[in-house]
Amino acid sequence: MHELHDQIWTSLPNLFSTMTAVRNPYSISPVLTTSGPFSDEEFAPSPDVITALADMSILVIGAGGLGCEILKNLALSGFKKIHVIDMDTIDISNLNRQFLFRPSDVGKPKSEVAAEFINRRVAGVHVTPHFGKIQDFDNDFYMQFTLVVCGLDSIEARRWINATLVGLVGDSPETLKPLIDGGTEGFKGQSRVILPTITSCYECSLDMLTPQTTFPMCTIANTPRLPEHCIEWASVLEWPKHFDRKADNDDVEDVTWIFEQARARAEQFGIEGVTYQLTQGVIKNIIPAIASTNAIIAASSCNEAFKVATTCVPFLNNYMMYSGNNSVYTYTFQHQKRPDCPVCGVQVLRLAVPKSTTLENLIERLKENPATKVKNPSLRTASKSLYMASPKELEEMTRGNLVKLVGELVGEEEVTVTDEALPFSLRLVVDVE
Amino acid sequence: MLKIWSMKEKQAAEGGSAKKKVTAAQLRVQKDLSELSLPSTMKTHFPSAEDIMNFELTVRPDEGFYQGGEFRFSFYVNPNFPHEPPKVKCLQKVYHPNIDLEGNVCLNILREDWKPVLSLNAVMIGLQYLFLEPNASDPLNKDAAHQMTANREEFKRNVKHSMAGGSVAGERFDCVLIK
Repeated sequence: MHELHDQIWTSLPNLFSTMTAVRNPYSISPVLTTSGPFSDEEFAPSPDVITALADMSILVIGAGGLGCEILKNLALSGFKKIHVIDMDTIDISNLNRQFLFRPSDVGKPKSEVAAEFINRRVAGVHVTPHFGKIQDFDNDFYMQFTLVVCGLDSIEARRWINATLVGLVGDSPETLKPLIDGGTEGFKGQSRVILPTITSCYECSLDMLTPQTTFPMCTIANTPRLPEHCIEWASVLEWPKHFDRKADNDDVEDVTWIFEQARARAEQFGIEGVTYQLTQGVIKNIIPAIASTNAIIAASSCNEAFKVATTCVPFLNNYMMYSGNNSVYTYTFQHQKRPDCPVCGVQVLRLAVPKSTTLENLIERLKENPATKVKNPSLRTASKSLYMASPKELEEMTRGNLVKLVGELVGEEEVTVTDEALPFSLRLVVDVE
Repeated sequence: MLKIWSMKEKQAAEGGSAKKKVTAAQLRVQKDLSELSLPSTMKTHFPSAEDIMNFELTVRPDEGFYQGGEFRFSFYVNPNFPHEPPKVKCLQKVYHPNIDLEGNVCLNILREDWKPVLSLNAVMIGLQYLFLEPNASDPLNKDAAHQMTANREEFKRNVKHSMAGGSVAGERFDCVLIK
């Protein structure tokens, strides 16, 4: 057995080196150059589809557990212009599943190391890395891609990219960027296809998310029973008593302080199981990642990316949940668009107004507009309260703006209108003539 | 992409792209604020009209143990709202079974029972309820909770005394009486 094992192991480097040659498209050409009973009626099988796939710019968000799998899958299925964004650097704990990284890469940006690995390994594919936050890139940046695949671990980032892609949708077809979102949590996962403004978006399904595990404040304060209670006590209640700043969850000294406080409390209450690792897990809300679940979800997401990009067979409509924590169960369903979704359910109204229009005039016009039917609207831009009809204190603070000129107040920003008569809100684009 | 593009063409859409984007959390807060309907016992206060994610709430209970006092809370709404609840703290040091000496508040909908369907209005009503009906079975200030169940009259006296800026069990509290 041992001999065999050694043999395989020593032959591995050879095996890999023979695989570095340029991949020919034979593996994908049968599905792209012939049609079948399930092909979409708009599918035109041809070698041109392979070329189109190679010319298409695709964006991968996240180069972690899912991201490594996604990059590998896309690179091996005909996509050649791939961009990847990630804000993290490689930690030693990533190495067990994030297979594009090696011990010598610890501390380097994930996006750069991942891109370099794929570029070296799969000839003909070019991955462009971006080391930073998705929020640091503007609309023009996102406009250059045809398709976006996400392997994120944060709800906030998902909501942001979802709202951004919904906001990009304009008149021309190319402004619609399908978003394929994969996510895992232990043995569970999901992948979904979001066609911004056409299908249900990420925000539409926000209430489906499992709430974060939180413990009642009084349990933490008085009757801890679990090691987690002690850790929350140390980080939520004790930390602010001793420090004026927030704890840095990535700082060893800060985490150690919380860990030691938690351990002392656990001892006092006869609770076992407070470790440094658990402390870090609880305060950073780390969910154990399972490599195979990432592989399953990334595979599904990449197959959908391939189908959406080529139209060869129908793609997922629109939500696939995978549950591997109690045997295996998967279910695919069409998540419905929420008419009152704050992101995609919002109507857009363009109003052209003369230069002399005051905010009060604009509000009057909104009230008269049969398309909006607003009664007592509140208006804001991303950074400014123009007029808030409620609460009373904000109304008083913003009342002075009513006599001001819209052109001077708003600039080129978009205005958000909320009103009791609106299901959610209204995006208002004001063109001052 | 042919399929998607033809789907897009079928959908008549109109849109404009904005310079600075309104976040989904901001949208929801604007909606919640414009639908706020507070009783006369509660008032909001905004240090800046432009920043609707940070504000204060004043509660003046009109009955119960805490009548005659004015209690101030800070609200901080983070970008994960409404997936996460707003962060609420009491800005004064008060003697209350469900509020500790640092201003942490034990209210179920602020932690374990929070749901995205709940609004800022619901949180505010919940805070007021804490003053009308303090809950001794979920204590953050154990002494106060113990006193409330053991000796209601003594508790009542302690509350009155603490609200005037007096000390209870060696702990001095902030004067919260309406001037």
